[in-house]
Order: sequence, then C-alpha cells, then structure tokens
Amino acid sequence: MGDVPLLPTWGPDVAGPGLPAASPRAVRSLRSRGSELASAETQIETVSRVDLSAMPYAGSFERALRENGWARLEPAPIEIFQINLGKLCNMSCRHCHVDAGPDRSDEVMDPATVEACLAAIDRCGAHTVDLTGGAPELNPSFRTLVDALVSRGKHVIDRCNLTILLTASHRDLPEWFAKRGVELVCSLPHNRRRNTDIQRGDGTFEKSITALRLLNAAGYGKGDPGRRLTLVTNPAGAFLPANQAAMEREWKESLEREHGVTFDRLLALNNMPISRYLEWLEETGNLKRYMELLVTSFNAGTIAGLMCRNTISVSWDGRIFDCDFNQMLELPAVASDGSGFHVWDFDPAVLAARPVVVGRHCFGCTAGAGSSCGGAIES
Amino acid sequence: MDTYYKPEHLSHFASIAEGNKALAEKFFSYYGAVFADGALSVREKALIALAVAHTVQCPYCIDAYSQECLKNGSDLEQMTEALHVAVAIRGGASLVHGVQMLEHVKKSSM
Ligand code: SF4
Ligand code: SF4
Repeated sequence: MGDVPLLPTWGPDVAGPGLPAASPRAVRSLRSRGSELASAETQIETVSRVDLSAMPYAGSFERALRENGWARLEPAPIEIFQINLGKLCNMSCRHCHVDAGPDRSDEVMDPATVEACLAAIDRCGAHTVDLTGGAPELNPSFRTLVDALVSRGKHVIDRCNLTILLTASHRDLPEWFAKRGVELVCSLPHNRRRNTDIQRGDGTFEKSITALRLLNAAGYGKGDPGRRLTLVTNPAGAFLPANQAAMEREWKESLEREHGVTFDRLLALNNMPISRYLEWLEETGNLKRYMELLVTSFNAGTIAGLMCRNTISVSWDGRIFDCDFNQMLELPAVASDGSGFHVWDFDPAVLAARPVVVGRHCFGCTAGAGSSCGGAIES
Repeated sequence: MDTYYKPEHLSHFASIAEGNKALAEKFFSYYGAVFADGALSVREKALIALAVAHTVQCPYCIDAYSQECLKNGSDLEQMTEALHVAVAIRGGASLVHGVQMLEHVKKSSM
C-alpha cells in the first residue's frame, strides 16, 4: 500500500477536488459526432424545455414583443443581403452556432446559387452584402462573387475568422481585399490568449495576431474607411459582454501595446443558445441559468434595431431566412400564405410583408445592450 | 436561519432598504457612481473589487465580481493576478509587523 497523504495533493498541476476538468477547446462538429443536437428540431426542443415560467414574460419571446407594443415583428426595408456561403470552415470553435467545421464540405453554395443571389441583390436593392459561413473564403466562387458585387457598387463585408488568411491559397487576400475596399469583420473572442484559445483551439490567438499584422500591412485597421477592420468578440462562457465602448478602448490599447496591431472598431456579440454553444451550455449545467440571464436582461429598446428587420439571410442551398440564427435552426422566412422564399424566385414585395419568425432563442439578441451582426444595438 | 450565507441574498440586496430607505438609496447611488467608467475603466474597478472581495472574504462579492470581471473582458490570468495582489498585501501586512517583533526581541534580549 502506498502512503496515504495527509493533505490533499492538489496543486497547480493537479485538478482540485470538485473542479471540473477544462472543457475541450476545439471540438468536432455535432454532425460528425452524430450528436442529437445536430438536429435543429432537437435544439429548439432543448431550449423550449427549460422551465422559465417564473421569469418575465414567462420566457416567451412573442409575449415580450407583444407587451412592448409589437404585435408582430415587422421587417424594415432590406439594407443588408447576407449570404451564408457554406458551413465549411478551417476551424471548429466550441461556441459555433453554425456547427461549421472542416468536415462540412458538402454544404457549400454552388455557382448557380451564387448567380441567383446576384440577380436577387439586383432586384431587392440592398446596399450592403454580408458574406459569412463557415469560412466564406473557402467557397470556390468567393472571389468571383466579391468582384461582381464590387462592380455593382455594393458595400461588401467579409466575416473572416482571421486564421484562414494564413492558409496557403488565401495568403494574398489582405491585399486583394484592400484593392476592392472590402470591409473585414473578423472574429477574435478575446484580446488575450487564454479565452481565445479556449473557444477556438490552442494556437489560435497567435495565428490571429499574425493575420492582424498582415491586415495592418495591407492598410486595414488604420482609420481608412475604405479599409475598415472590425473585430468581433463574444464571451467565452455563460455571461453577457458588458460595455462595448469601454472594451473597444481597452482592446485597442492592449493589442497595440502588447502585439503592435491596430483595428478600427470592436463589436461585442452575445452567444446564442444554438448548436455547439447550446451543447456547451447543456454539458456544463449552464443552460437554465443562461436562459434566465437572457430573459431577465430583455431590453425592449433593442427591438427596433434587430438585424432581422433590415437584413435577409440566404443559406448555402438558396433558401431565405430572417437571420443566420433562424437559418441554423431551420426556421425559414414564411409568407402570409405559409410558403417559403427561395433566392431564385422570391418577390421582394411579398417578402417585405412577412412578419419575422421568432422564438425563444431571440432573447439572445435582445439581452443587455442587444446583439446583432452589427454588435450592441443600444450604446 | 438554517445557514448564514444564502446565494439568493445577493439578488435580494436591495431589500436592505426596508429598515431605512433613505440610507439605502444614498448607499446604492454612491455604489453605482463608484463603479461607473471613469479615470479607471469598469474592468479595472471590477478587478480591484474582486481582490478586495477576497480580502474581506465575502462570498456574495466574490460571486458578483468574478462574473463582473468576465463580463467586462478580464480573463482568469488577470483575475488571478489581482487576487495575488490582495494576498501579497495581506501577507506583507503580517510580515512587516515582524519588524516590531524584531525590535522587541532586540530590546529585551542580551
Ligand atoms: S465560429 Fe466561425 S471560425 Fe469558428 S467554426 Fe464557426 S464558422 Fe468557423
Ligand atoms: S434570432 Fe435575433 S435576428 Fe434572428 S429573428 Fe430572432 S431576434 Fe431576429
């Protein structure tokens, strides 16, 4: 028999009693693991099962809207046409609401659908086209699409995960983007290594900083409106981001001081109870607490500015949704007669007359200062 | 009372106004002003609060300011460093009194 230690042996290298092991940093997609949560229906059920009856509005988003003067969520004119070019991604982050990853190469928008998007953009008059994914740059039509949009005079936003810019076939992208005035909205979970690598995998922070240096060298992040570099942060855990403006100030200061990189603006997004973040909430026993936090943080002042009001979101297979979140939950936009919209043949007038499809996950967008693709809604 | 500390006391903090509304209002408005963004950022103030919370060993404050630190963009490393500042001052405060001890010893020993 070995010695019985008199004192517990936990120390810096040994997990202490009762402390859960750190959750895995990057994960494989829910789909590739055959997880039940890969199904959108299961995700919706999981969130709706949470008992929120004692919470404001009894946890019903429809009721929260109604009691704040919105019988239905009417869209405003379309300003932003968002295209999800596919679920394929070079990364596979812990919190991804898309369940994106390297294994999802079969869900990528084909050239014919890309063409149909261009025709649709011409018809609906959006001034901005927002490209997302997955890693949108991995779509073989990506560069053709950006060029077609730029020649139409559209403002193009690329939602970039930074690390893709270090891969061989994308090394030239910073210069390429700069020539075309593409706005870059890049996700960086945190301004320090630890919380970035927790979400995105070890080494991600270093790579992201290298990518930011490349972007700075191409003229991005230096106050030039034609080369705007926006960073997007979202919490590495079950809490809401606080003051976006104060964080921006501190990030600018610390990223420049510690790493010599600059950027133009910081957006703080809330995590949505969808897909892999939902899985994390469930696994760590945080789901109820997080949903309660979202509901008690409901802020009616954010409703008018919700992105689903001025944005439409097209999926890789050409269906039209009110937003990327509804897209991942398989909740397509519906006309008053119950039919869906497809990028090939939709009627902008009928689309404009639809109410936005909402659900409990929407509390993620209205919590605190609000959260949309444009960051906090209320400053 | 079956236990002294209850987590729900934190969210019921405002009920302390029951015995004296005017003083509670003064306290809470002062408290709010202290933590507003100022010459120090909200994040820095939350780190100081976290360190003090551990010094006064208040579980309510530890709970509240762990969350507040994360929300305002601090990470575990920064929070742990803040804590060690409190620990160092606490330890140092004991140890520096050792100089009094030393004087006593020197004075009363051969
Ligand atoms: S969060 Fe972004 S970078 Fe990470 S896996 Fe999802 S799509 Fe890819
Ligand atoms: S998830 Fe957010 S953006 Fe989407 S429909 Fe709900 S409120 Fe609108």
